[in-house]
Amino acid sequence: MLDSTAIKIEGICKAYKDTLALQDINLSIRQGEIFGLIGPDGAGKTSLFRILTTLTLADKGRASVNGRDVVEDMADIRRTIGYMPGHFALYQDLSVEENLNFYATVFGTTVEANYATIKDIYCQIEKFKDRRARDLSGGMKQKLALCCALVHKPEVLFLDEPTTGVDAVSRREFWAMLARIKESGVTIMVSTPYMDEARLCDRIGLILGGRIIDKGTPEEIISRYPDRLYAVRDENMFRILAALRPVEGVLRCSSFGCECHLALAEGGPSGEEILSVLSAAGIEGCSIEKIRPGIEDCFIRLS
Amino acid sequence: MVNTGEKTVVIRNLVKKFGDFTAVDNISFDVSKGEIFGFLGANGAGKTTAMRILCCLSHPTSGEGTVAGLDILTEQEKIKKRIGYMSQKFSLYPDLKVWENIELFGGIYGLTDKQIAQKTESMLKALSMENTRDMFVRDMPLGWKQKLAFSIAMVHDPQIVFLDEPTGGVDPVTRRNFWELIYEAASKGVTVFVTTHYMDEAEYCDRVSVMVDGRIEALGSPAELKKQYNASDMDGVFTKIAGRAERE
Repeated sequence: MLDSTAIKIEGICKAYKDTLALQDINLSIRQGEIFGLIGPDGAGKTSLFRILTTLTLADKGRASVNGRDVVEDMADIRRTIGYMPGHFALYQDLSVEENLNFYATVFGTTVEANYATIKDIYCQIEKFKDRRARDLSGGMKQKLALCCALVHKPEVLFLDEPTTGVDAVSRREFWAMLARIKESGVTIMVSTPYMDEARLCDRIGLILGGRIIDKGTPEEIISRYPDRLYAVRDENMFRILAALRPVEGVLRCSSFGCECHLALAEGGPSGEEILSVLSAAGIEGCSIEKIRPGIEDCFIRLS
Repeated sequence: MVNTGEKTVVIRNLVKKFGDFTAVDNISFDVSKGEIFGFLGANGAGKTTAMRILCCLSHPTSGEGTVAGLDILTEQEKIKKRIGYMSQKFSLYPDLKVWENIELFGGIYGLTDKQIAQKTESMLKALSMENTRDMFVRDMPLGWKQKLAFSIAMVHDPQIVFLDEPTGGVDPVTRRNFWELIYEAASKGVTVFVTTHYMDEAEYCDRVSVMVDGRIEALGSPAELKKQYNASDMDGVFTKIAGRAERE
C-alpha cells in the first residue's frame, strides 16, 4: 500500500443557504503522511472534515477514504477512521477510563487489545483515570480525546483544529505526539489556523473562503513565491509600515513579530533604496536583509 | 503614547484560591497609560482568573490594586464603567444590525440617547460603515466584525481595554490589520491589556508578562526579555519560561 492514496477528494462543493462553504475542492492525501489543512476560521476546514468523516453530504463531487466512498461505504469508513472534532465531544460525566472503555466498546474492541496504539499518550493521563472528563484541564482533555479517537486502531485519523487556543509550548508537545502516531503507520489529516505548524506536515493545503489556494509540500509552496522578500527591522514597527506602504514597487508590507516583511516587485526598488526612502522619512537606524519566505508570507500573497 | 508616570493598572500581591488550589499566586505589576501590555502564559497558568479580577468579575482572595484609578476591592461597579472588553468568542450579537449593536452596548454603558446617536455617527464614519449600518452582524466579513467589536468595546471611552485572544483563528491579513487598530488606540492614550497565543504578536507589545503556575515569571519589554533569556524571538522566550510549568 506504500505511496498509494489514502484520501481522494474530487470536485467537492458544499453550500449552506447562500454561503459557499467549499468550492471545487480537489486533494489527494497519501498513505502514512501528515496532511495539514491550513486556514483561518470560516475557511471551510470543518465542512471538509465533516464530509470526509461521513457526517454531512457534499452537494457535488466525490471523496473516498482508503478506497471507500464517503456516501456508498459510509459504515465502513466510520469503523476505520478516528475523528477528533474541534470542540470537546466526550462524555463529561464519565471518567477518563469510562470514556475510553465506552469508545472501545462502540467499535467492538477493548482498550487492552489496542493498548499499544494509545499507550504513549494514555500513560500521561493514567493517574487521572478515575477523574470525570469535565474536571480535566484543557491539555488532559485533549489527550483523552486523542486516546478515544485512536482506541480502535484507525487507519486514518482526522483532527479538526486540535491546537486552536492552545499555548505555544503545549502545541509543540501535541505535534510531537502526532509524529509518533504517524510512525505507527496511521495517515493523519489535521487542520489548523496556525501557519507555523505547516512545517510539521509532510504536505499541506492552504484554504481560504472555501477554496484551496495552494497545495504541496511546504517547500514546494515556498519555492513558488515569486517576489523578492526582505525583512526590515526597526524598534517601531508601525511607523515603517506607514512609511513603506505607499512606496512604488512595494507589493506588500506586513508585520512579522519584530520584523516587517516587505515584498518587492521585480524591477522595483532595491534593499538599499528602501533604506534611503526610510531615511528620507526621518527613520534612521533600520536594518534590511533579503529573506526566504515562510508559509505565512505565501498565504498573505495568495489571500 | 506610553506615559510611565500615570498608572492605569496597579496590582499588588494578588492571590486567588479555589479551595486548596492557588490559581493566582501573589502577582504584582503596573501598566502605564497608553501602554500595550501583553499578558501571556500557558493554558491553565492563571491568566483568565487574573483578568477576571482586573475586570471586576471576581474578587481576589487577598491582595489589592487599582484599575483606572479605582480600588478593585471596593469600587468594582465604577471600574466596570471605565473599562472595555473584547474577545474573539464573544463580542457582538450576530442577530442584531450594526447600529443595533452600537445602541445596545451604548445603553449598557449608560450613555444617553443623544450620546448614543452621536457615537453611532462618528463610529460608522471612522469605520467607513455608513452604508452598512442596517447590515446584520452575522453577514459581515470577519475583518469588519473585528473592527466593529473593537470600536464597540470602546463606545464609552474607557481608559483601558481588555482584549482576550482577540485574534484567535483569524487569517494572517485580518490579524495584522487588527494590531494596527490596537496601536492606533494606544497612541491616543488608551491602555491596551491583551492576551494572545501568537508569539509574533507578543513582539508588538510595549511590555509583556509571562505567567507560569499562577506566578508572573517574567516581565519586561520584548527586547529586554529576549536579551535576558538569550532568545532570538518571543517564541524562544516563551518556550524557555513556560516550559518550566509544573502544573497542568
